[in-house]
Parts: sequence; C-alpha cells; structure tokens
Amino acid sequence: MSNFNNRRYMGRRLTNAFTIGLSVVTVVFALTFLVWILWTLFSNGLSYLSMDVFTKNTPPPGNSGGLLNAITGSLYMVTVATLIGTPIGIMAGTYLAEFGKDGWLAPATRFINDILLSAPSIVIGLFVYEVAVHRIGHFSGWAGAIALSLIVLPVVVRTTENMLQLVPSNLREAASALGSPQWKVVTMVVYRAARAGMLTGLLLAVARISGETAPLLFTALNNQFFSADLNGPMASLAVVIFQFAMSPYEDWQHLAWAGALLITLFVLGLNILARFVFRPGPASN
Amino acid sequence: MSSYNDNLEKKFAAGEAVIAPAGFSLQSNTKESHAMSMANKRKVNLGAFLDKIFRNSTMLFAFLVFSTMFAIMATLFIASLPALKVFGSSFFLSDAWNPVTVQFGGLVPIFGTLVTAAIAMLIGIPVSFGIAMFITELSPTWLKRPLGIAIELLAGIPSIIYGMWGLFVFAPFFADHGQPWINDHLGSLPFIGVIFEGPAMGIGMLTAGIILAIMVIPFTSSVMRDVFEVVPPMLKESAYGLGATTWEVLRNIVLPYTKIGVVGGIMLGLGRALGETMAVTFVIGNAHELSASLLMPGNTISSALANEFTEAVGDVYTSSLITLGMTLFVITFIVLAFAKLLLIRLSAREGKQS
Repeated sequence: MSNFNNRRYMGRRLTNAFTIGLSVVTVVFALTFLVWILWTLFSNGLSYLSMDVFTKNTPPPGNSGGLLNAITGSLYMVTVATLIGTPIGIMAGTYLAEFGKDGWLAPATRFINDILLSAPSIVIGLFVYEVAVHRIGHFSGWAGAIALSLIVLPVVVRTTENMLQLVPSNLREAASALGSPQWKVVTMVVYRAARAGMLTGLLLAVARISGETAPLLFTALNNQFFSADLNGPMASLAVVIFQFAMSPYEDWQHLAWAGALLITLFVLGLNILARFVFRPGPASN
Repeated sequence: MSSYNDNLEKKFAAGEAVIAPAGFSLQSNTKESHAMSMANKRKVNLGAFLDKIFRNSTMLFAFLVFSTMFAIMATLFIASLPALKVFGSSFFLSDAWNPVTVQFGGLVPIFGTLVTAAIAMLIGIPVSFGIAMFITELSPTWLKRPLGIAIELLAGIPSIIYGMWGLFVFAPFFADHGQPWINDHLGSLPFIGVIFEGPAMGIGMLTAGIILAIMVIPFTSSVMRDVFEVVPPMLKESAYGLGATTWEVLRNIVLPYTKIGVVGGIMLGLGRALGETMAVTFVIGNAHELSASLLMPGNTISSALANEFTEAVGDVYTSSLITLGMTLFVITFIVLAFAKLLLIRLSAREGKQS
C-alpha cells in the first residue's frame, strides 16, 4: 500500500517537475528570440550608422546617402496623425467614461474600439486609400497621416477611458458641489488627475505608429527626394526600410539596417519612457 | 493609491480658484446678493449651455469612433464590387491569380493566411501558457517585473524589424539547421510527411508561422497572465494546503477558473496573427501557388496586398486585392469580436463572484 502511494506521489512530483521545466523552457525560448533580434539589430545597425544617415537623402542604388527625407517624413506624418487622433480620442474616451452611463452608444463604441485596436493595419491602409487617395487621384502625406491617426485613435480612446475611470468620484462630486458645471469638472479636475495616465497612453500610441509600415504603403507611398509637402507622396522611415531591405543592393540594405536600429530605439525608448517616467503610481498596476 | 490621492488633492487645492466660479464661492454680503444672484443665474444658464455642448460633442466623437468600423466595411465592400461582379462567389474558391489574363481567385492567400496563423497558434499557445505560468506561479517576486518588461519589449519591436531579422538572419539559419532536420525526420512520415517535405530555402509558410508565433506570444501571454492573476488566492491556497503540486493547482484550479479568459487571449493573439503584414511579407516568398508543404513559399492576404497593391493595374486587379482585404477584415472582426465577448463574460462573472 505504502509502496503504491509512494509511486503515485513520485509520479505527481515528476509531472510537476516536468511541467515546471517546460515552463522555464518557454520563458528561455521567448527571451532567446528577444536577445537574438536585438543583438542582430544592434550589431548590424551600429556598423552602418553614420552622420550621413541624418544629413543626406535616400540615394539611388549604388550611391551613398542617408535617410534624412525618410526621417523627416516620418516625423511629419506621426506628428500630424497624433494631432488628429488625440483630441478625437480624448473626447470619445471622455464620453465613454463620464457620460455614457446609460444608452447603447457607450458599450457599442467600447466594443468597436477594442476591435479597431487590433484590426489589421493594412486594411486601414486600404480604407484610407479608397477614401483619400483613389478619390483625389494621388498619394499624399495627408493620407498617410490619416491612416496613422486611425491607429492612434483607438489607443487614445482606450487609455483615456481607463484613466478617467481611475479618478476617484469624490473629486468629481467635490467639484460639482462647489457649483462648477460638468465641463469644468471634467476638463479642470478629472483631466488633471488623469494627466499622467493619459500621457502614457499617448506615448504608447506614438510608439505604435512610429513603426507602422503597412498603412503607409498605399497612402503616403514613398518619395526618393526631400519633401515637406503633405499634399504629395512622402517618404517614411518604415516604408524606406521595407523597400531597401527587400532590394538586392547592398548599400540599400545597409541603410535599411541603420534605419531599423533608429526606429527600434525610438519605439522602445518611447515605451520605456511611458512606463517609467509617467507611471501614475501603484494604483494603475 | 494614497500617495497618488494626496498628490491630487494638493493640485486640487492649488487650482481651486479656477474650479469654483467666483460667484459661487462665498455669499456673505447680503447687499450684494441680489445683483450677484442675477449674475449667477446667467452663469448657471451659460454653464448648462456649455455642458450641453461639451456633452454632445464628446458623444459626437464617440459616435465617430463607432461609425469608423462601418465606414471601413462599407468602403471596402463597395470597392470590391467590381471583382465580385466578375468572379462571383467562386472568387473565394479559385486559386487562379493571373494579372495578364485578368483571372483572380482568393484561395491561395486565404489558405496561406489561415495556415500561417494556425502554425503561429500551435507554437504560440503553449509557449504563452508556459510564460504566464512561470510569471504567476513560479517566478520569484524580484524577477516578475523585469520579465514582464522583457516580454513587453518583444511586443514593442516594430513588425518590420521582425521581418528583416526573419529574412536576413532567421531564414538562412532555419534553412541550414531547422529545415533539413524537419525534412529528414518528419518528411518521411506516412500521410503527414508531405507537409514537411520540400527544399530547405528558409523562406516559406513555416518560417512565417514561427515568426508570427514570436510576435503573438507577448499579447497572448500577457492576457493569460492577467486572467491567471484574478484567480482568488484562497482557492489556490486551499489546493496547495491539500497538498496539490504547482502543476495540479494550475491544471485543476486556475485553468478551469480562467478558461474563458484564456480562450479570449488566444483569440486576441489569433486576430494579430491573421492581420500581421510586414513580418510575413519578408519571409513568405510571395508565391501564388497552392502547396501542401509548409516549407514551400506561399502568400497571405496581407502580404499579397503589401506586395502587389501599388503595382496593380486595372480595376479588376485592384478590386480583387480589395476583396481580399475585406475578407481579412471580416475574418479578424469575427475572431476579435469573439475574443472580446469571452473577455466581457469573464469580467462579468468576476464582478458577480467578488
């Protein structure tokens, strides 16, 4: 009997040890890829990074050049996209958190917004192509910025709603009791209280669109030359990386690695900034 | 929480003059009170008016977000009509893709999308589960945070970087070390062997699936971790107290309690895997051919779009690609909506029990 129990016990322990072992293996598996990707990126990117990358425009194949037009194009479109997407997102998020207590609009919007959050970005590119490129007849930086703003939007809506809900309602009640109208309560009390969290969401949204390639392919297209005109096709770092990396030319591939390092540093930097600098405190964890 | 509140209250005190309109704050002087009450009334009316504007404009923007989805659906549907008129519903069953003879069918990219996503899930689910298990049940406290950050970094890397790494580093590595082994050991199996037979080129559907798996892991594992953490500690401790092992607690207590959430997390990952574009485009090989072998190049909806859309000439070609995009959107919509519904159900149940 005791022998049987013993065997049973050993069996359970073995199963346990086995699954714990597997669990550790999965963690190592994921971390290996993280290190592998980052190491590839840094070792390749650093060796091709030079001042030229920041001061010269994208070259024709076989010539030396940089990524100046792509970097500025990305900055333009990301800025415009953020400026379009953020106010709309904050307003919509405010409705969800503050006013949408009853009625069908708030739950329905929340549901749709969560789907938009993970919707394939290439489909958003297609949509904007149909709306803003096909009708007008040419690719443009505006179309690219609109496509990116559609990706910013759900992120901002989501974080705004979550952060406003974290604000204790006694703050709202206190302000209302002093007689301030609701718009003042929201804009001057609730927004201030939720500022850090909302900023975090915004940073994460910017980080997300900075690396986006798919929605820009059919909207902003690409531009070999420097352009500050949002009405025309515009280069962006991500699209240039895509084009250069897929090309057979070594110079282009080297520039693609340098660009890839820049874009990753920027995106991860924003992520880290969002996590550490603007951490609103233990409440949000 | 409390320090956060204190901080708020300090800010609140500092901004008090702004928050409380002057007329409302104190009315000690009775002589002035009549004149002031007139002013107050006007102010109240103005306040109510502005409230209405503010409220309605937030509602308008919420409606804008709400209608985006339908705008996308409707736009894509209208744009895909030319192709659907020519090919009808057989578009989805035909593997033709010939720009010269203007014959298009969506079977190959749809098949590729489903297959690569399935591979990603096959690898991603167990790995995500293992990571979530490690973080919630096994990891020492000091390791939890760095590990969480590392997984989040994996999620933060732009997809184009995965693509470049896949094309320049992983594909050659896989062609040298992974695929020959798969060919030798799995390619000779009866029936399923044909799936694993093929030239060791590096690129192909299996490579794309593996890279997708790595990209999906952070999303799926963080959802799993979050739902594992809502299991009431009392349940787990009771089981541990009865002598259950870690695995038994996870298998018999945590998993049954959280299965809806786990499925929701898997669906969320699946939604990502189906729609991912850049990483796949680099390594899929962009071949419009249907092949049983996972080592062969193929195509997915998103990579077909990324590769061909700007070069497509003619209405039918463009429209066929848009039809593919619409298909992708519908598939991901269903998957994500399902994920969302499951997660809503989980949180509703959680609300009831606590």
